[in-house]
Amino acid sequence: MKRLIINKIALSLSVLSALIGLVFLAWILVTLFSKGINSLSFSLFTQDLINGGLRNLIFGQFLMALIATIIGVPLGMMAGIYLREYGHGKYANIIRDLSDIMMSAPSIIIGSFVFVLIVEPFGSINGWAGSIALTIMLIPIVVSTTDNMLSLVPKELREAGIALGGGKHQVILSIILKAARVGLMTGILLGFARIIGETAPLLFTSGTNSFWTTDLNNAFPSLTVSIYNLANFPTDKARDLAWAASFILTMIVLFINIVGRFFTRDKG
Amino acid sequence: MAKKLIMDIKDFSFRYAGAEKPSLMSINLPVHKNKVTAMIGPSGCGKSTLLRALNRIHDLYPGHEYQGKINLLNSSSGENENILDIKKENDFIKLRQRVGMIFQKPTPFPMSIFDNVAYGLKLAGIKNKTILEEKVVSALQGSAIWTEVKDRLKEDAMGLSGGQQQRLCIARAVALRPEVLLLDEPTSALDPISTGAIEELVTELKKDISIVIVTHNMQQASRLSDYTAFMYIGKLIEYNKTDKIFLNPKEKLTEDYVTGRFG
Ligand SMILES: Nc1ncnc2c1ncn2[C@@H]1O[C@H](COP(=O)(O)OP(=O)(O)O)[C@@H](O)[C@H]1O
Ligand SMILES: [Mg+2]
Repeated sequence: MKRLIINKIALSLSVLSALIGLVFLAWILVTLFSKGINSLSFSLFTQDLINGGLRNLIFGQFLMALIATIIGVPLGMMAGIYLREYGHGKYANIIRDLSDIMMSAPSIIIGSFVFVLIVEPFGSINGWAGSIALTIMLIPIVVSTTDNMLSLVPKELREAGIALGGGKHQVILSIILKAARVGLMTGILLGFARIIGETAPLLFTSGTNSFWTTDLNNAFPSLTVSIYNLANFPTDKARDLAWAASFILTMIVLFINIVGRFFTRDKG
Repeated sequence: MAKKLIMDIKDFSFRYAGAEKPSLMSINLPVHKNKVTAMIGPSGCGKSTLLRALNRIHDLYPGHEYQGKINLLNSSSGENENILDIKKENDFIKLRQRVGMIFQKPTPFPMSIFDNVAYGLKLAGIKNKTILEEKVVSALQGSAIWTEVKDRLKEDAMGLSGGQQQRLCIARAVALRPEVLLLDEPTSALDPISTGAIEELVTELKKDISIVIVTHNMQQASRLSDYTAFMYIGKLIEYNKTDKIFLNPKEKLTEDYVTGRFG
């Protein structure tokens, strides 16, 4: 009887806290939608920030996240494969722990690190520095995804490949990665969604830029950094633009997340 | 005994990496050519450990300790090689092409039915498409699964039923024309009809391949095998022709086990 009551209380408390969380999430989304949709217009996508649009910012944000993905995914996957398939004992565990710590490192610290490492010697903020800061954020996410997804592949599948005369590398490349591909894809997408919404690592690495540019050696347009700047601007026009930018960013992140979940649901 | 032994396990002991005690102690067990040898015994007695030594799949994980000899007959030269001497990656690969293995749970690869069977063949260096196709088809035919899959070779192997997957795995191993096939409780995850199909297949295969099968099922051992080895806590208690083991065992322990008094 007593256990039943405790059970009920615990259940109500969990439901309550879930509800509180959902209320705030809904609040944020509703505000974003109402303010964002009002400020939305087609010209946002055809004009650059200097002319009151967001085109160069969206492009810049995407490009830096894309470069981070292109560099970070292979590196992170190789490290993850090493940890799961080759690393045994203390050494591997230290790397695994380091990677986990990196993942929970505050992103502003990563920004500062890249500032000292690249921006200072280079002499000015630039797009490469922003991409590298995002890469550093992404790598531990990819490492942990790869490590976890490979651990879900039954060891019998590895043994079956070996038993047919496969070498260890061949089996990993041709069977194990394939067996884990849905999880890996999802993890990479979610990692991309995570870094594309970051502000702190870009704040003093890429900065932002009001003009259209593809030159990564310059201050580089960033949607998130510009949101931060615009929100602090005293004019209504700037704030409306910040709302619109936030709305678009949220939609992008939401879309990538939904695509990612869809993958997992589809194939288990 | 003038009959041919394809494998001969001599005074073999095995200890897992980090384990205190050996899991197998001084095993002596012959494997007759083109016969079915069954390994029976209560769970944890070391059947899988012994089976997995025969293609040295244990070596996928570092640090295990072997002692004794496991001879494998080279049919063309008539000489024995001790597979415990193998050290080079290339020789491991050759060993595994000669000694195939089937696991308890079916292990189809995440690729098409055709590619599953072609996998080992490609590793073995067969590139010619026509030869590859021929070998895949004949392996599927020889594994009693051809009629069920011939119209869907391009489909994902994961879509097959458990019993079909297991026969596909056998086809995949048989495609390499191994001399020995090791099966570790291959039907314990399957329904009775699939089990029947696999048993029939094993009997068929022994014309060309020597078979070692681990089974929990006494009826299966007596139906399928020519020789039976009874193991208990890391030791081989009794080995003989299957009918002797089941009808007239020498050891009290064997008798208790095969009559279902424990296990
Ligand atoms: N990877 C391993 N590491 C250490 N001990 C193991 C390992 N696998 C099995 N063992 C031990 O070896 C013994 C034999 O196991 P196993 O060969 O799987 O038995 P069976 O197949 O007859 O049920 C058991 O005591 C088991 O606990
Ligand atoms: Mg077993």
